[in-house]
Amino acid sequence: MISAAAQIIPPPDRLVVNGVELIVDISGAVVWPERSLMMVADLHLEKGSAFAVHGRLLPPYDTRTTLNNLLQTIEKYEIKSVVCIGDSFHDERAADRLCPADQDALQALTGRCDWTWICGNHDPAPPENWGGHVAEELTLGPLTLRHEAASNCASGEISGHYHPKAAVRVRQRRLSGRCAISDGRRMILPAFGAYTGGLSVLDSAISDLFPAGFEVRLLGRNSVFAFPKSALTL
Amino acid sequence: MEAPLPHPFADWFATRGWDPHAHQLDMLAAARAGQSALLIAPTGAGKTLAGFLPSLIDLAERPQAALHTLYISPLKALAVDVQRNLIGPVEEMDLAITSETRTGDTPQGKRQRQRRSPPQILLTTPESLALLLSYYDAAKVFAHLKCVIVDELHALSDIKRGHLLALGLARLASLAPGCRRVGLSASVHDPARLTAWLSTTPQEPKDVRLIQGRAGAQAKIEILTTRERLPWSGHMAVHALGEVYQRLKKHRTALVFVNTRAQAEIVFQELWRLNDDGLAIALHHGSLAVEQRRRVEAAMARGDLNAVVATSSLDLGIDWAAVDLVIQVGAPKGSSRLLQRIGRANHRLDQPSEALLVPANRFEVLECRAAVEAVRAHSLDGEPENPGGLDVLAQHILGTACAGPFDKDRLYGEIMQAYPYRSLSRSDYDATLNFVANGGYALRAYERYRRLVTDKNGHYRVASIAHVRRYRSNVGTIVEAPRLKVRLRGGRYLGEVEEYFANGLTPGDAFIFAGQLLTFLSLKENTLVVARASSGDPQVPAYMGGRLPLSTHLAERVRALLEDRAGWSDFPEAVQEWLNLQHWASVLPPANGLLVETFPRGERGAEKAFLVAYCFEGRNAHQTLGMLLTKRMERAGYGPLGFVATDYVIAVWSLKQVTDVDVLFDEDMLGDDLEEWMAESSMLRRTFRNVAVIAGLIEQRSAGKDKSGRQVTFSADLIYDVLRRHEPDHILLRATRQDAAGGLTDIGRLSAMLARIKGKIRHRPLDQVSPLAVPILLEIGKEQVYGAAMDELLDEGAQALIQEVTKATSPNRNPQQGNLPL
Repeated sequence: MISAAAQIIPPPDRLVVNGVELIVDISGAVVWPERSLMMVADLHLEKGSAFAVHGRLLPPYDTRTTLNNLLQTIEKYEIKSVVCIGDSFHDERAADRLCPADQDALQALTGRCDWTWICGNHDPAPPENWGGHVAEELTLGPLTLRHEAASNCASGEISGHYHPKAAVRVRQRRLSGRCAISDGRRMILPAFGAYTGGLSVLDSAISDLFPAGFEVRLLGRNSVFAFPKSALTL
Repeated sequence: MEAPLPHPFADWFATRGWDPHAHQLDMLAAARAGQSALLIAPTGAGKTLAGFLPSLIDLAERPQAALHTLYISPLKALAVDVQRNLIGPVEEMDLAITSETRTGDTPQGKRQRQRRSPPQILLTTPESLALLLSYYDAAKVFAHLKCVIVDELHALSDIKRGHLLALGLARLASLAPGCRRVGLSASVHDPARLTAWLSTTPQEPKDVRLIQGRAGAQAKIEILTTRERLPWSGHMAVHALGEVYQRLKKHRTALVFVNTRAQAEIVFQELWRLNDDGLAIALHHGSLAVEQRRRVEAAMARGDLNAVVATSSLDLGIDWAAVDLVIQVGAPKGSSRLLQRIGRANHRLDQPSEALLVPANRFEVLECRAAVEAVRAHSLDGEPENPGGLDVLAQHILGTACAGPFDKDRLYGEIMQAYPYRSLSRSDYDATLNFVANGGYALRAYERYRRLVTDKNGHYRVASIAHVRRYRSNVGTIVEAPRLKVRLRGGRYLGEVEEYFANGLTPGDAFIFAGQLLTFLSLKENTLVVARASSGDPQVPAYMGGRLPLSTHLAERVRALLEDRAGWSDFPEAVQEWLNLQHWASVLPPANGLLVETFPRGERGAEKAFLVAYCFEGRNAHQTLGMLLTKRMERAGYGPLGFVATDYVIAVWSLKQVTDVDVLFDEDMLGDDLEEWMAESSMLRRTFRNVAVIAGLIEQRSAGKDKSGRQVTFSADLIYDVLRRHEPDHILLRATRQDAAGGLTDIGRLSAMLARIKGKIRHRPLDQVSPLAVPILLEIGKEQVYGAAMDELLDEGAQALIQEVTKATSPNRNPQQGNLPL
């Protein structure tokens, strides 16, 4: 039964956007295997210390966690190019607060891959001294990468910004997690950063961007799961 | 010898035709000897007056233009009511004594004035006391304090609010060294523990005199023997509400207590459906809008109501003289709680209170019987105590710094005088202080954002006024579960439901709330917009943690009842028949060992192996046990599929039948598996969130605006994951584990049980389900089924969809929830 289904249904971590086959990784990164390219959104580096400035002393390990996750995913897929599609730094002074060990880790990452920082609303001008180059948006073949989805649906658009989350109900339990969302034309990535919360994909701010419906790739603890819009709950 | 009561107090008693109670005079004698006192007395014994009398006399004889007596109650409403009752005698005796309340509702201007020129008697709550202590002028305000009265001490002593209060009292003892303490309490299992709680030297509590009031008349308690069919399972007792209604008609005013808010809604609906006589029946529970609750309380005080259906929201509080019957629907869960509830009827000491217990199912009949016997024997629940929370300690340290610089060694000494912290280790204290100062992380990243800095004397003080403001808007230990408001479309606010429940609703669903049938229309910015509905198959909001587990004490009594066959003769017929059938088909659970039954069940070809264990250790302990058993069964190759737990029994089902039960229940299961499961469990995540809020790491409210519970949830979860990965020994994670082990998972209870049953497990393999196992199997469809982790469940959901898409016709995706034709 299930093997018959497997012939029809692609593996749950695959997704085709504007003709390009992509992999949604459990980390929240989206990989374009043909180009050894990885896209991540909303790293929000130094979000923890941004709270600490105002007296809320959250554990100072968020940047370290996020950079570690980046490195692991890069190694897993032998990635050559990385595009961070906005809100990579939590605020404009975030880079100044990086501790020395994290500075080294970040420089090592940008040094090993072709690295692009796309501007976001939290980091309208990402710092230029960490390696990599800065861009407003980026077009790669059939895909266009920008921070926030444009209201007029551009085919092949990959964006972040909304931190999408989805929930399903199984056996009276509500299970929720970060997710990627797509209708085959455009796609929104989950937030990659360690301290980033989320917004339900059923919220009109997100679902209005997909008038013809959508699918999500929900990030579980160790695997990625595919669900259509109809299977989701608030 | 001094006259027992001086003028004008003696005259005041005389004109009323009252003789002072012996315990009232004893309280006075303790005060004259300069001793603290703990008064344990039932309701209706003039307890509050006994507490205040020494202060009133002292103030009449030696007036002082400063705060003399501080009264602390767990309830705002109680403080207000007690102050009202205090004004009576003060005016009648023409005493020049001022008294005022101070709560969250007191206007800002009045609060400032109260610090500048305080009344002689101030009535307040533990949270308001913590706030008062955080001001720079606390030393001045409390300099002449002579007495602190703590009301309903039994309800406060062992919870986090009590930890905060104990720390506040220790502070007060430093600010006003001669100050006496007075505790007022209902009957408790262990008065010595409360005596020590009240003492300034808890290791050797010689400064507190224990005064026991005379016991009231023995209550008349009846267990309803229904003429209807007694259900096998369920908690709503709907079958018996017709009979309950008949009782309501015969009494003036009844309090109908239930155990959960869901039960309250259903019982209320059903009583109104039966209400042909138009009795005035109201509803009261903690999720209803405050104004709604106040209206019900006021109507009750005026004597306008025939009955109120209530949860523990009315366990404590203002005395209503008119109540002449207390009804407990569903099992009482503990004898102390039952006694407290029964005490809410008839506030005259010499007349018996009248109570009716309404069991909802067969096991509850046994539990009710056990509870009545316990109450008759004056035997109360002895509950294990929890050490003072480190999160509460963190809050107190910050509050202390808000008032002014402190010396860390002196503060440690002071904290050790608070009973819950009497064994606090220096290293835990230092770690907590560090957490408050700089987050306490091994990675010293936040030195420049320190909250506490040291001055040239080495004293700690707050680094900026912003921290003071944040402390004040977040003081307290009550953390709300994430909730959503419920509002009628274009109309009024009805109350709040937990987000957990709201997440399960889709527009158009009907549910019962605030005694009304409602339809869910839409979700708008943390508010459920609803309309009144006329029909529909309604759901009832469920609330996390709404259910108290069966107390250890009652559990023992229930096991003894089951073993004593001679005593069965006065059980209701249905129960006798049930137990006799069990005796015939299997055996009865022994009082001291453990009965484990195993049997196959299910459609031919899809049979499952069931294991039912009659532990009687309460839901929390059973849920923990269930997780541990399934992990063990997994390793032993039995292929466990899920489990369900009630207060009495746990049932586990698997692919293969368990053969070696002794090995399965071995004591060593409380090792690595437990650690691993606890770390991953959502229960621990919720606990961490509470700890993080109380300790001031994340906020429930930021100055001025309410941060909704929803936002707190997600960030706490992410912080938990990061902290666990990078600093598993952080003080907040230790505080979380301490909390979880103490209460939520009842690990102490579990470990005591495993030790008790060792070598005394009676394994009974059966061909089919036994009569005693029927109730738990009926719960399977209704209760949440445990056993699978997040990814397995997600996979199950995804596979189900795939099968739908491929039009596969699976006979039953969920065999363990299959039909149970009983």
